[in-house]
This record gives sequence, C-alpha cells and structure tokens, in this order.
Amino acid sequence: MVGSEVILLDFWPSMFGMRVRIALAEKGIEYDYKEQDLPDKSTLLLEMNPVHKKIPVLIHKGKPINESCIIVQYIDETWKDKSPLMPSDPYTRAQARFWADYVDKKVYDALKKSGTLKGEQQEKAKKEFIEILKVLEGQIGEKPYFMGESFGYADIALVTFYCWFYTFETLGNYSIEKECPKLIAWAKRCMQRESVSKTLPDSKKIYEFFMEMRSKLGHDHIQKVEDFSPFRGRGVFLKHGRLVRIRY
Amino acid sequence: MEEVKLFRTWSSPYALRIVWALKLKGIVYETIYEDLANKSSLLLEYNPVHKKVPVLLHNGTPICESLVILEYIDETWNTTARFLPEDPLARATARFWAKFNDDRVTTSIFRAYVTQGAEQEEAIGPALENLDIVEKQLIGKNFFSGESFGFLDLVFGWIAKYLGIFEETGGIKLLDEDRFPLILAWKDKFCDIPVIKESWPDQEKLITKFQLMREHFISTAAGSS
Repeated sequence: MVGSEVILLDFWPSMFGMRVRIALAEKGIEYDYKEQDLPDKSTLLLEMNPVHKKIPVLIHKGKPINESCIIVQYIDETWKDKSPLMPSDPYTRAQARFWADYVDKKVYDALKKSGTLKGEQQEKAKKEFIEILKVLEGQIGEKPYFMGESFGYADIALVTFYCWFYTFETLGNYSIEKECPKLIAWAKRCMQRESVSKTLPDSKKIYEFFMEMRSKLGHDHIQKVEDFSPFRGRGVFLKHGRLVRIRY
Repeated sequence: MEEVKLFRTWSSPYALRIVWALKLKGIVYETIYEDLANKSSLLLEYNPVHKKVPVLLHNGTPICESLVILEYIDETWNTTARFLPEDPLARATARFWAKFNDDRVTTSIFRAYVTQGAEQEEAIGPALENLDIVEKQLIGKNFFSGESFGFLDLVFGWIAKYLGIFEETGGIKLLDEDRFPLILAWKDKFCDIPVIKESWPDQEKLITKFQLMREHFISTAAGSS
C-alpha cells in the first residue's frame, strides 16, 4: 500500500508481534503488514529499530515505535476514542503495567527453557514455568480478565503465548491445562474475541514452524524465536562447528 | 488526607528515583527502610511477587516496580509539572529509553563492575557501547527529557552518582570526557538540582557497600567455577 499511515514490521509466529496485531484489531485500525525475513533483516527494519534490530516495529506517519508493550500503550493513547485497552484509574493502570512487565520478565525465558533443556534441568525448568503461570493464574482469580470485566493490556501481554503452549507442552511432555486449568480457561475466553482468534496462528502451525526451524538449525543452536542470527542480518549460523546459511 | 509510604533501602538507586519523584511533586511521605537480608513481613505482603524495593504504599495500596511507580505518581499527582510528556509518540520514546536503561545499560555496567581480569575486559566493550547510545540521546538537549528535566532524567539519574561508585570500586574507567562530554555536562546540571543534591546517600557508605558487593560476587563466581 503506497503511503500507508500505519505500517507493522513483524514476523508471523512472534508472540510479541501478535500483541501489536491484537491491539490494532481491537481499535479497528487498518495497516500495512510487512512480513520480515529475520535472518536477512530489511534496511527498513534496521533503520526503524537501529538499537535492537527487532520486530515488532510500528511505523505511524513515518515514525517508528519499538518494543511490543510500548507499542500497545502507544496505540491505546493515540486511538483513544475506541476500545480502551488500559484501565481508566491510575492504580488499576499501574497494576496492568506491573503484570505486563511480569510477563515480559518471566514468561518467555521460562517457556523456552521448559521445552529446550534436557533431563533434570528440564524438569526444574518446567516446574519454574508452571509456578510463574500459577502466579498469573492467581492474579486473574475469579475475574474474567486480568483487571476485571474488560479485556485489556495485561491480557494482551500474556495471551499471545497461548498459541506457543502446544509446542512446548509437546517438547516437554506435560500439560499446562492440567496444571493451570483456570489460566487456560482465561485464554480460551480471550480467544472468543475476534481480535485474538484472528491474530493467533493455529498452535499446530506454530509447532510445525518451530520443528522445521529446529531441524534446520540443530537443537542446541536455537537462541531466540525472533532473532536466530548471531551475525545480525546475515542469516549465517554455526551448526556443528560449520557455517550454514539458513533461509525460510 | 493522603497517606504515602515508601519502602526502600538506603542505597537502592531504583528507590532513589521514587524519592526524587515524591520530593519534586511536593508529596509528604513516610520512609520505611528495609534490610534486604531480613525482609519485613510488610514488604513481603506488599510485594509478594518480587519481594523487592521500592514499594510505594498509597492509602494502604501498594504499587511495585520503579518505572510503574513513576508513572503512577505522575498520573495521580497530576496538577504539578508532569514528568512524562503529553504526546503519545514522545511518551513511547521515553518509555523505550527507560526500558533500554533498565534492560541494557544498568546490566552491562553492573557486569563490568562485578567482574575482574579477562571477564571484566570483555564486559567493558558492551558497557561503553550502551553508553555511546545514551550519549547520543543528549544531542541538542539540556536534559534527557529535553529542554527541562523530566521522566528520563529520573530514570538515568543513577548514572550521576552510581556510575562513579562502580568505576571506583570496580577499578574501571567508563565516563571518559572525550567520549562522553554530553553525559558529563548533563551530570553537572542534574546534580545541581536541589532535590537531587540533598537526596544522595552518603558517598563513603556507598563505596564501602559496593566494594563489599563486588567482593561477594567475585568470590561467589570463583567458588562456583
């Protein structure tokens, strides 16, 4: 789309990119989605996020906004006349920010470890991950959503991990639903919203993507979902001590 | 009648952000000092998730995580000068740099301070690269927040005192005047602000504490390798 006011640089399986897609959908904002080839980062991505060189990046009237939670708040503050994503009072807003920050600090690393480590280390990692989920589950409690009756910022921060659960449950041979049934009930409730169900890819598709990526790179060399390349932008990896170029 | 309490340690730079914010807004508050080796039951009750300071208690309800607390203070006591700008893009940019400081700048400098030998040499590079990025943020500005002092100065404020402490105790030189003239100029302006000037913890006590902390990290690392 020529001269699009809102552009999103993203990568389809990224749970961080999905947060932004949900927020845009909640607000009914039209935008130009540009899929990024992460091993071979575009000049646009490198120009718009020179510090981290990561997706998602929202470009609004030519200006970039980076970091998924910051982008979601930006969307809420800019398109403020419809579907508020943040609570209206400062205290509940602080709580929403606290919990989104907790998700950012804890969930990604714990989830990844629970599926990629082996043996005793994996058992320990699975336990830690479940503990983190139980804290989140406890915060939601009997409420429909994190902050009460309305779906919002904190829900968006966590729900995008839901489509990745199947992958790590399969790898780690455990069931998140068995350990945290209320959390899964909350996730399914969120999935009833079109913004969420139309954004989250099918869990099996995520699993196929992850397994394909893992077989190309070799199990021990996966560093992160969004950025696999230690040599930024060059798509070159070390696999069994040899340089290998990956495209997908 | 507002009741405001701040749980802090005497030395935490994160808690200091909140001290500055409360004083700048003219908020009357009570300080409760915590000993992190022996956390009070109140702290554990008010911050069960992270069990850390600072915690702000406002009329009995707790708010945790320093960046969250700063925004809360700014939004709640909103009749005085605001820390964060009004414009959503400027706010997003400020939040981005705050996260950059908390995720990257502090951790890389901390790493250079708690290590020695080859490990320390390796840690200095990333610390300096992050400071280069910080330096660029001051181009054409008086303060990190622009013409006048604001949110980002509260976030980066630790640099004005603690970076020197880490340099001295870690035996490293980071803030070179040729490489970081803007940070050094900002440091002078920042330290001139009365609220900032009067709030620093005792210099000698900080040196002693961070010297001990470094020794602890080094001996723990040696013990586990």
